[in-house]
Amino acid sequence: MKPFAYERAGSVRAAVTAAVDDPGAVFLGGGTNLVDHLRLGITHPGRLIDVSRLPLEDVEELPDGGLRIGATLRNSDLAAHPLVRTRFPVLSRALLAGASGQLRNAATTAGNLLQRTRCRYFQDPTTPCNKRDPGSGCSALTGYTRQHAVFGASEECIAVHPSDMAVAAAALDAVVVTTGPEGERRIPVTELLRLPGDEPQRDNTLLHGELITALEVPPLPAGARSGYRKVRDRASFAFALVSVAAVVETEGGTVRWARIALGGVAHKPWRATRAEDALAGAPATEESFRRAAEAELAAAEPLSGNAFKVPMARRTLTAVLSDLTAEEPQ
Amino acid sequence: MDAHVTLRVDGEERSLTVDTRTSLLDALRDRLGVTSPKKGCDHGQCGSCTVLLDGRRVVSCLALTVSHDGAEVTTAAGLPGPDGRLHPLQQAFWDHDAFQCGYCTPGQICSAAGMLEEADAGRPSHATADLDPAARTPLTDDEIRERMSGNICRCGAYVNIVAAIREVGDVSEVTER
Repeated sequence: MKPFAYERAGSVRAAVTAAVDDPGAVFLGGGTNLVDHLRLGITHPGRLIDVSRLPLEDVEELPDGGLRIGATLRNSDLAAHPLVRTRFPVLSRALLAGASGQLRNAATTAGNLLQRTRCRYFQDPTTPCNKRDPGSGCSALTGYTRQHAVFGASEECIAVHPSDMAVAAAALDAVVVTTGPEGERRIPVTELLRLPGDEPQRDNTLLHGELITALEVPPLPAGARSGYRKVRDRASFAFALVSVAAVVETEGGTVRWARIALGGVAHKPWRATRAEDALAGAPATEESFRRAAEAELAAAEPLSGNAFKVPMARRTLTAVLSDLTAEEPQ
Repeated sequence: MDAHVTLRVDGEERSLTVDTRTSLLDALRDRLGVTSPKKGCDHGQCGSCTVLLDGRRVVSCLALTVSHDGAEVTTAAGLPGPDGRLHPLQQAFWDHDAFQCGYCTPGQICSAAGMLEEADAGRPSHATADLDPAARTPLTDDEIRERMSGNICRCGAYVNIVAAIREVGDVSEVTER
């Protein structure tokens, strides 16, 4: 591990100013991903700016019924929060499906969104990787592709985003609030995380020194239901092969609207807009759900080692929608 | 680059100067001689380095010491009472033969201690059917296994580990009433 300077930020403004002035600076939150990367030699920052003690740990109820979630709140605290459990179960479920009890006690809201891919080649500095070392090539393209993307990949990178929480956040139309060199701005999670294109080294659209301070979740109508299902190789403590976050509102046996995001299939949470379009106004039946899932998965571009993800995602999506609409909301 | 930090480790105040790269695990083991937390994978995947950091279970291999200046750290060696009596989890691991080689055991016990507090506080897990904060979730074997999934035992003593934790979990439920 290369030496680095360390400082604890006293305020959001101080953290941003310090980072903007130093191209080698990175923010440290819970450290569960960054410390591992320092040890693996994936990243070599000259300075760590510790933001983990900034007072951004609240879950605040917004006047419209949405939530404003602090960036440094621990994943376990967010998953256990009464308002999240009752109003946005998809978010609790996604968090609880991720990592282990120990990691959820350390990892933060913002850090969860900004965690990096677990692509084996990215994590192994002895192999070429365009994300870790732009221009060096993609080892996964000619290697093991079982874990890799079936949507939105590029010639440069076929890695997938590892977060469960981000998939729920995408389905909830959540927005991050940031403070950066140009002041405060709001970025939908679906635009914060990006597809690899020809710049796979960029996981997200943040500027250097821009700090996430909160995640805002807009309210759901009282009749909406939400859920998350994750399919993985082990029963616990494993990344998703495929996951589905869905929010759906039905009325009299008809789907009013649905918002769906898939995890484990793309470089960012994959909003299943084709399925959403197919569902709007459709009867809330398994047949509609299967058709909607088929409409989405028809656009998949599987690789040699991950074609299984296509039927897996289709069935998981169908099952999640069936579960969520099995009985009318109380 | 060096930084000065103070930690309270198993009830004792310890001050030291560390390289900023030093993990909490390495500070405990190599600098302070507290060898109860074990280095397994050093990547947060095995749980053998689990300690209670300010009362919550974490993997100490992924914690930077400098980031936790002033923290209270409890290792498995700090769990016995002042009279030297084993913590109920330690006694239960002994009684149920919940280990073979013992390398993962201090991490298992610290993790179980943190986990039982989380469960007592009504925190849900992936195995919890009802997220309703008012619902009381019994600590079933499925709950124990899910909540302890961050601790790996390569000897495969899981059956007895679950039995040991179940016994202590049951007792704490009884004493509550």
